[in-house]
Amino acid sequence: MPDASKLPVVVVTGFLGSGKTTLISRLLEHPALGETAVIVNELGEVGIDHHLLRRVDERTVLLKNGCVCCSLRGDLAEELRELLSRRERGEIPRFERVVVETTGVADPGPVAYTLLAEPVVRHHYRLESVVATVDAVLGLRGPESVRQVAAADAVVVTKPDLAEPGPLVEALGRLNPAADVAAASFGAVEPARLFAGSEREPPLVAPSPAHVGEEIRAVSVVLDEPLDWTAFGIWLTMLLQARGQDVLRVKGLLDVGGDGPVLLNAVQHVVHPPVHLDAWPDGDRRSRLVFIGRGLDASAIETSLRAFDAASRG
Amino acid sequence: MCALCGALASEHWAEAGGGRRARVFRVRLVNRVLGQFGLRLDDWGGRIYLLRDLKGRSAVVSDLGSLWVEAERLAGRPLDPLDPELVRALA
Repeated sequence: MPDASKLPVVVVTGFLGSGKTTLISRLLEHPALGETAVIVNELGEVGIDHHLLRRVDERTVLLKNGCVCCSLRGDLAEELRELLSRRERGEIPRFERVVVETTGVADPGPVAYTLLAEPVVRHHYRLESVVATVDAVLGLRGPESVRQVAAADAVVVTKPDLAEPGPLVEALGRLNPAADVAAASFGAVEPARLFAGSEREPPLVAPSPAHVGEEIRAVSVVLDEPLDWTAFGIWLTMLLQARGQDVLRVKGLLDVGGDGPVLLNAVQHVVHPPVHLDAWPDGDRRSRLVFIGRGLDASAIETSLRAFDAASRG
Repeated sequence: MCALCGALASEHWAEAGGGRRARVFRVRLVNRVLGQFGLRLDDWGGRIYLLRDLKGRSAVVSDLGSLWVEAERLAGRPLDPLDPELVRALA
């Protein structure tokens, strides 16, 4: 289960004008949310009236030999550390959660990497959920927008009063079958639907593959037999090195022979610490994995994973 | 943690827990894969690994993430787990 001693962080991403700030403003009004600190990159037209609002200038530090998704967001790490210090000194209320609003073109990879890899930050915080907003009128807008939706645990289609959101909700659900996709006017969404999303189980079988811009698609693999965890770790690390540029997201529920499954969640190269669940969400104990990326072939993935697993028993 | 930059983390996600026996098993299984590319991995004191090729070149790696980066460099080509030849050899 997730480490309750760490403060949950919710990342809200989405294209400029897609309703991120409206969503956050509305969420902050919800009585269930509790004391929340908000970190924003830019002060937009819609103001957030909140006493724990902090602004940062997006600053990405590309690590030596690192790829873009594995770069540290220095500004974010600094701000998260500062929030902790001020909380400890009693200068600000003892907030229970942090919401980070990214810029419209921000790649969620470095944000996730900062939360999972920066030593001080990962000791005190955990990435609870990535929420992406998509404008019902304008839809997906370029590769940044696709990466944001692929990385999301929940997707909110905004402004459904201006355009019928049904087809877009359906298309986004096919692009990211692991996410909860919903339409909402003026940020009216239950917080529970957006939070704890990284712990949400992926579907057993992905709907018919979605094609975005001819290339990006979601594919799913279901395996009847338990997997060897060591073989899986070797296989996935190798896959992410060889095809990391093409794999935007991996989410899965794996039967590794225990009572409950292992929940696996990766955004680009960044793999969340796997979570051992106490029990399966339903009677079906088959391993299920969803991959979102370019040029992915479910059959090739399954054959390869089975071969690695077979090698572990040979 | 990051598959490519796992060295930053205290323990790579794929190697967490398990202890000595799991490490020995991991090295044996990795070598089934690396053997197809003329490479070999050895555990070095239970803390790091030594990766070698047939020409005697070597690299020290800390975990599975950095292993594949170095293996690709020594092999001079990407090591793709979906490569049908590799899959046939392992199955």
